[in-house]
Amino acid sequence: MQAFKISEGSIVADRLIIAIQSEKQYLSDIDGAIGDGDHGINMNKGFTMCREALDREPGDLAHSFRTLSKILMMKIGGSMGPLYGKFFSALARSYEGKTEIGKEDFLASLEAVMEELGKISSARPGDKTLIDTLSPAVNAFRKALDEGGSFSEALDMMTEAARSGRDSTKDMVARIGRASRLGERSRGVIDAGAASCCIILESMASSIKLLL
Amino acid sequence: MQKIINQPHEVVDEMLKGFIRAHSDLVAETDNERVLKYIHAPVKGKVGIVTGGGSGHKPAFIGYIGKNMVDAVAVGEIFSSPPAQMFYDAVRAADAGNGVAILYGNYAGDNMNVAMAMEQAEEDGIRVTKVVANDDVPSAPASEPGKRRGVAGEILMWKVGGAKAAMGGNLDEVTAAAQKAINNTRSMGVGLSPCTIPEVGHPNFTIEEGKMEVGIGHHGEPGIAVSDIEKSSAIAARMTDEIIPDLPFKRDDEVVVLISGLGSTPIMELYILYNDVVKILDQRGIKVYLSYVGNYFTSLEMSGATLTIMKLDAELKSCMDYEADSVGLRQFRHH
Repeated sequence: MQAFKISEGSIVADRLIIAIQSEKQYLSDIDGAIGDGDHGINMNKGFTMCREALDREPGDLAHSFRTLSKILMMKIGGSMGPLYGKFFSALARSYEGKTEIGKEDFLASLEAVMEELGKISSARPGDKTLIDTLSPAVNAFRKALDEGGSFSEALDMMTEAARSGRDSTKDMVARIGRASRLGERSRGVIDAGAASCCIILESMASSIKLLL
Repeated sequence: MQKIINQPHEVVDEMLKGFIRAHSDLVAETDNERVLKYIHAPVKGKVGIVTGGGSGHKPAFIGYIGKNMVDAVAVGEIFSSPPAQMFYDAVRAADAGNGVAILYGNYAGDNMNVAMAMEQAEEDGIRVTKVVANDDVPSAPASEPGKRRGVAGEILMWKVGGAKAAMGGNLDEVTAAAQKAINNTRSMGVGLSPCTIPEVGHPNFTIEEGKMEVGIGHHGEPGIAVSDIEKSSAIAARMTDEIIPDLPFKRDDEVVVLISGLGSTPIMELYILYNDVVKILDQRGIKVYLSYVGNYFTSLEMSGATLTIMKLDAELKSCMDYEADSVGLRQFRHH
C-alpha cells in the first residue's frame, strides 16, 4: 500500500510516546554533556502528559499530534517545548481534514514542519541542533520520491539520513542555543535535540511502515 | 547531593508554596499555579511589568515582584524557560489596560516562548512590548550584542522599568527606560564551584579544586578562561578590566554597582570583592551612586559572584531612587 488511514494512525503517536519515554535517560545523559541534563526529563514529561490526555480523549493521528503540540507548547517550555510544539502542530495541520496520507502528503507535512520551525528559530544545518537531523531526513525522503521510490523505501531513506544527520552533530561546534556558549567545548558530543529528533523520525517511520 | 528537599521533581512547586506563604503581604497566586503576581496587580492606570525564566536563581525572578517593581512572573522548571502559556498568563495578570512590558533575559527558550506569548496577547488585544537583557560581557563579543545573555543586570532593568511605570510612564516610555537601563549596564561573573539540578542529581559541569571559571554564566555556561583562583583584588581587576572598557564607563560617570553571590559564596566574601571593585572605580574616577551587595541573582548552590555596573543619567537616577518594595530589593527614597 502507498497510503495509511488517519483514523488508524493514532498508533504512530502511541509508539512515539513509548519511544520517548524509554529514551528518557539517554537523552538526559547526552544533554548533560553540553546542556543542563534535563532534555530527557522534559521530553518524557510532555509526552507522558500527552499519553494521559489521549487516554482521556482518544482520536485519530491528527488529533493525537494536535494534543501533543498543545501540551508541548503550553506546558513544557524551555527551547524544546516551542520547537517540538510547532513540529507537531505543523504535522497535525497537514493531516487535519484528510482521511489518508500518501507519500506525497507525508512529504508535504515534513516540509510544513521545516517551514514552521524556520519561523521561530534561525537554526540552519551545521548549527548543531535538531535541524541537522531533520533537514537531511526531509531531503532524503524527497529524493527517494523523486527517484520513484515507494512510501516504505522513502521512509527507510529518511531514517538513514536522520541517523547520519544526528551523528554529524558530534563533530560540530554549536552556533545557536545554550550549547553555543560553549564554543569549541561543544565539539565531540551529539546534540540532544538532534538525538530526540532522530528518535521521533525513526519511530514515525517504523510505525507508518506497519500501517502500509 | 546535599539538599533540603522532598521529591526532586517537586522542588519548584514546593518552593512556590513556601514563597507564597512567607510573603503573602506582597505576592499572590493566579489562576495559573506557575504564575505569581503582586497582590495589587493589575495596578489601575499603570503599565504592567512582567518577567520570567527558569527557576534556581532566587531571589530572581519572583523575589522582584512587588510595589513599583515587577507585577507578574512566569516560573519555569530549574534553568528552563517557562512555556508560552505561562508568559501569556503573566501578561494577563499584569495588564490593567495600559499595556505590558516583558523584561527578560536573552536565552533561546525565553525568546521563543515570549514571542509566542506576545502573539497570543496581541490577538487578544493586549499591547505588549519586550526588552531583552544582554548585560553579560564575556558571553559574546561587543560586536554581537544580540548573542550576549542577560544576567544580574536584569534586576536594574526591572527596577528602572518598574519605577517608570509607577511614575505614570506610558508603555513606550517604560519600554524605552528599561531598554536604556540595560543598554547602560554591563556584568561579568566568576564561578568557583558548580551546582546540581535536583532532578539530575549530579553537577552538570565541573570546576576543579583551586580553579575558577572566568566569565561563567548563570547556568554554569563556561566563560572565557579557566584560571587558578586568585585573590579578590585580582578578580576585581579582571572583572573591571572587562566591564569598564566595554560600555565604556568613563571618569566622572555616576554608577550603580551590584555584586551578587551565585548561591554559596559567603556574603562576607562579596563585601571583600566589593571593597576591591570600588578601589578600582575610585582610581578611575568613576563615582558610585548606589550599591547593592548580596545574593540578588543566584545559580542554585554555585559559588562565585557577578559584578554588574550601570551608568546613570538623570532619568535612570530618578528611577533607581524611586521607592520600591519586593522580597529581593527594597528601596527607600534615596537622596
